[in-house]
Amino acid sequence: MADEHGRKWDRCFADSAVKTVTGLGVGIVLSVLFFKRRTWPIAFSSGMGFGMAYSNCQHDFRSPYLLHGHMVKDQ
Amino acid sequence: MLRVCLKGANAAARKCLCERAGHPLQHCRRYTSAGDSGSVAGKIVAASLLTVGGGLGGTILYAKWDPKFRANVEKNVPYSDQLFGMTLGPPPPPVVPLPKKPAKVEPLQISTLSEASKESKQPKVKEKVKAKEKEAPVEPAPVAEETPAPPPQSLEAEECKECAHESAPALQERPVEEVTARLAEQDKAEQDTLASLTAGLDDTLGSSAKLTLQAIGAQEAALAAIATHTQKLKEAMDSESPPDRKSSQWRVLEEALSERNRAVDNAAEALLKAKGELEKLKGVINSAKESKIDTARPQILAAEENLHSMIVDLDKVATKVQTAQSEAKIVSQYSDLVNEAKAQFQKELESIAPEIQANWRGLTGKLSMDDLNSLIAHAHRRIDQLNRELAEQRVREQIHVEKALEQQKLEDQKALEQALATALEHNREEMRLEQERKVQEVRDVMEAEMRTQLRRQAAAHTDHLRDVLKVQEQELREEAQQVLGSKLLEQETHFRKLSQEQLDAFTLDMNAAHARLKGIEEAIDSHVVAEEEARKAHQLWLSVEALNYSLNTAGADAPTEPLEDAVRTIKEKCAENEFAQALTLALPEESLTRGVFSEASLRARFYGIRQLARRVALIDETRNSLYQYFLSYLQSVLLFEREQEAPPAKLAPEDLDTFKLLAYATYSIEHGDLELAAKFVNQLRGESRRVAQDWLKEARLTLETKQVVSLLSAYANAVGLGTTQAP
Repeated sequence: MADEHGRKWDRCFADSAVKTVTGLGVGIVLSVLFFKRRTWPIAFSSGMGFGMAYSNCQHDFRSPYLLHGHMVKDQ
Repeated sequence: MLRVCLKGANAAARKCLCERAGHPLQHCRRYTSAGDSGSVAGKIVAASLLTVGGGLGGTILYAKWDPKFRANVEKNVPYSDQLFGMTLGPPPPPVVPLPKKPAKVEPLQISTLSEASKESKQPKVKEKVKAKEKEAPVEPAPVAEETPAPPPQSLEAEECKECAHESAPALQERPVEEVTARLAEQDKAEQDTLASLTAGLDDTLGSSAKLTLQAIGAQEAALAAIATHTQKLKEAMDSESPPDRKSSQWRVLEEALSERNRAVDNAAEALLKAKGELEKLKGVINSAKESKIDTARPQILAAEENLHSMIVDLDKVATKVQTAQSEAKIVSQYSDLVNEAKAQFQKELESIAPEIQANWRGLTGKLSMDDLNSLIAHAHRRIDQLNRELAEQRVREQIHVEKALEQQKLEDQKALEQALATALEHNREEMRLEQERKVQEVRDVMEAEMRTQLRRQAAAHTDHLRDVLKVQEQELREEAQQVLGSKLLEQETHFRKLSQEQLDAFTLDMNAAHARLKGIEEAIDSHVVAEEEARKAHQLWLSVEALNYSLNTAGADAPTEPLEDAVRTIKEKCAENEFAQALTLALPEESLTRGVFSEASLRARFYGIRQLARRVALIDETRNSLYQYFLSYLQSVLLFEREQEAPPAKLAPEDLDTFKLLAYATYSIEHGDLELAAKFVNQLRGESRRVAQDWLKEARLTLETKQVVSLLSAYANAVGLGTTQAP
């Protein structure tokens, strides 16, 4: 389990790095292509990328505690 | 309850009053509440006291009058019975219905009494009566026993009843023997008196009969004498017989007269004697009657009848004699008169013609003319005189006759009365006798009837006795059987007990011998077994040692080699040792296949786990965002604490903090107590727990294996020790 924890963190970091950079890249591309070289798409998409990574990471860490409920319909 | 109601009513009344008084009172109260409150309170207190007192007094009075109410209150209200006891005294006892026995018994008494009184002749029956009365209830019994004692003395039933009624209140039961003795005595006495009475009666009867006969004879003789005398007199007067015959006639007459006188005297004497004897007889009869013995009754009756008949006869004869006497008197009077007339005539004749002799009838030839003339003149004169006298006499005769008639009537009357009286007497006497005869008859009939009834009663009694005896016999037999049965049972049980004891003793000895034998055999067997066991134990020990050794093959970070082989050895070598087999089964699978980590490696790993657990201390099911992760990391960095802390004997809730737990676990593991450390680590919660799960599992495995192996070795040691025989 301890290893799992470490592995999660590794994944987290890797994922966040990838996503942020990807976001950055997409932002740059977008800003260059569509948004007249403004800064905000870059920040936006990198933020989006980091956010996605964060969310993924959080989900990953939460995953053991998540309860999946099933709705039972009365028949 | 009454008090409560009264109080409530009073309170309601007061409230009503207050309400009615209403507003002004309220106003008043508001203004004068301060001053009036005391008086109002006093009024209230007084009113309540009055109510309570009135209620209590009313209850007590009513309870005094009605006991049911009192009982009710005593039942429902506690301690009220004490209050009532103090004021009214103890409660009245419940009314018990009077027994009806005396009334029921009374008719029985009287009937038995009357029966007993009627039947008093035969002692047998009396005894039966006694026996019957013995079984009857006590009350009738002494009464009935008492009454047979009086009846022998009292013949009349009425007197009997009186006796019974009088003696009923004060009774004592006499014993049977005394009563029978008394009865026997009484019977004897009765018999004696009876005998004496009868003897007396007979004597007197005989004597009186004799005397009466004598009297009657005398009377008849007198009668005859009187008759002859009268006859003679008549003859003497009427007949015209010659003088010599006349004198003889007169002589005869005188004789007859004297005879008659004597006879009459005799008769009178005899009559007197007879009368005296009859009086005596009457006296004896009366005394006999007074002695009151029933048996003498017919005799008495007969005697009375005899007496009566004797009296009647005597009277008859006496009357006859009297009539004869009166006739004779008449005749004699007539004769006297005639004689007188004759004498007178003679005198006259003598006075006239003195020379004429007395007996002038034979001298008709001697008379002269003068004499004749004078005689004729005298005769004429005499005739005239006589005619005159006759006339006178006729006149006087009428008067005389009337007088005589009257006298006669009187005398007749008297005689009639007397005769009537005597006849009445006789009739009365006859009636009385008849009545007595009838009474006697009735009595006899009644006696006979009573005898039959008593016989019936006796029969019923015998039947009852028979039944009772039968029942008793049955009961006694059953009792005897029961006793016999119980005694038999006792004897049997005793015998059985003895035999059982013998058997038991024998069995005991046998068992002892057997046991000893068995013991010896067992000792030998156990020796063999023990040796076998020793060998086995040795085997086991060797195998367990092998296992133990294999445990020590753990590397720094690698687990031991799989314990499978060693376990297999144990299984094979010690197949019959069930405990070892069970224990080998208890080894966890992992240890068999993969092997377990050593304690040292676990110890080393623990620190890494500790670090990690500290880092994720804040994360649990609810707070697990990345920010929390950051915070918990910060906490672990900033929190300073001792690395090792001695765990307390008891864990308090505040000790369940991650850091504290980890400190305790570190302390324990440093002091070699892996188990305790594992326990503490087990108390972690949340992410820390998840993180330490691996380590915990490994620790568990190791602990389990170690436990089993230690058990096995302990067991092997124990077995080895057990099998070694002390020198």
